[in-house]
Amino acid sequence: MTAQRPDQTRQRHGVMVRAWHWLNAVALAVMLMSGLAIFNAHPRLYWGQTGTWGDPAWLQIGSSGDKGLLLVGERMFDTSGWLGLWTDSEGRTQQWATPGWATLPARYDLALARNWHLLFAWVMVLAWLVYVLHGWWRGHFRGDLGVRSDQLRPRALWLALRAHFGLTALRALATGEYNSLQRLSYLAVIFGLIPLMILTGLSMSPGVNAALPWLPELFGGRQSARSLHFLTMTGLLLFVVLHLVMVLLAGPFRLTRSMITGGVQGDG
Amino acid sequence: MAEPIDRRTALAGLMGGGMLLAGCDRIASTSAFDHAVGGARALTFHSQRALIADGRLAREFTPADISTRFHANGSTDPDDAIYRAHVDSGFRHWQLVVDGLVHRPLRLSLAQLARLPQRTQITRHDCVEGWSAIAQWQGVPLGLVLAHAGLMPDARYIVFHCADRLGGDVYYESIDLVDGFHPQTILAHRMNGQPLAVAHGAPLRLRVERQLGYKHAKYVMRIELVAGLDRIGGGRGGYWEDRRNYDWYAGI
Repeated sequence: MTAQRPDQTRQRHGVMVRAWHWLNAVALAVMLMSGLAIFNAHPRLYWGQTGTWGDPAWLQIGSSGDKGLLLVGERMFDTSGWLGLWTDSEGRTQQWATPGWATLPARYDLALARNWHLLFAWVMVLAWLVYVLHGWWRGHFRGDLGVRSDQLRPRALWLALRAHFGLTALRALATGEYNSLQRLSYLAVIFGLIPLMILTGLSMSPGVNAALPWLPELFGGRQSARSLHFLTMTGLLLFVVLHLVMVLLAGPFRLTRSMITGGVQGDG
Repeated sequence: MAEPIDRRTALAGLMGGGMLLAGCDRIASTSAFDHAVGGARALTFHSQRALIADGRLAREFTPADISTRFHANGSTDPDDAIYRAHVDSGFRHWQLVVDGLVHRPLRLSLAQLARLPQRTQITRHDCVEGWSAIAQWQGVPLGLVLAHAGLMPDARYIVFHCADRLGGDVYYESIDLVDGFHPQTILAHRMNGQPLAVAHGAPLRLRVERQLGYKHAKYVMRIELVAGLDRIGGGRGGYWEDRRNYDWYAGI
């Protein structure tokens, strides 16, 4: 039994959750932006073991004349100004796939982008390991994030989803324990998207391929793993955007403060 | 306890984002960042070596897996006068030089190399840019050539001096003895059953299958055994390593 604090309150976020949250916020931003910079070296995605210039790609970004183009399968989208053809901060037209404001570094430098990416890959992997082991040990996943089977019934999930629609309900939601949808999405990120990101990333390493030849095959070959790395990134990005929208709607200052100080259970 | 998001907050957020971006470039030029990158590289190198030090092989594929397209990157047609002369004479007078910290410096013609025991392997080539292609390579295991030359005790690295220039500078690469004596590390002179084409590094290119493409030096003219890399080129062990700070160990 741990000693209760004199005021009998419990922190909403443990110190490990807070540390991991902010470390991850930085690491994810660096990984995403340096990843896009690496993608610019070959902005084409394939399925299977191989794929190079001239091979059919299921996604590619390029330009034609004064148009930036995104091709997904047979469909073509005009993405001028955003992808394939854009104007940099000095007003010059650039034809790299993703724009400078979204990449790290902003100008094309594959080696530096890889240095950022592979440095923060270690940060992410080690931080994730520490967080998961700690969470298991302290019952964080069973307690704060555990989902009971009755919460998974369609009606229960519908009620949980409805709680995200009204502002008042959303604000109320952000004070107590996580509801089932929050728990499910956090669990999906922690035990789904992040491990998938790590494993598809490692599948692209020729050294790891020699050590664990089955790993890229798990995803259908090296280029499939690269495609899934990209799609999983999109999933993570979607989570971050939804997460930020929810926080902005439910009370950004209060919630940010409690993710820094720990907050008080029942008060965000 | 609701608080509206006012314009000032939004502006501060935007400015924060911009400063963060500018800040990243500043961080990347500090020595602390270099140290951190060095640490991450060492972590990658040592953990990968722990996993594959026992001579673990890169996956080999079947003839049916060979790619129809194999993009040629970097130099594809060196304009060095001596090299051009070798191309014109079908590399008949070309010789591979093996020297440095060896007991018996060697000069090997293409015919001599072809008479040595050969290894044929179908492997996937992974470019640092992100693409992959599968091809069949035939050549002499590098370890065999090194054994013929006889390494002096302080030889630690194998440097490959190439015939091609990029931006005026000669291409070179280097690997250590673990990769040098790995059974799949070969000096390839045939690709997909044909003599190596000029675009792919004729007459001889390195295959070091557990690393990325830029380590697979093309147009190899001379193999030099050295104790350290600091006196070669810019001191970082390779053309791209010197110029752009690419990883010397390209297992990832």
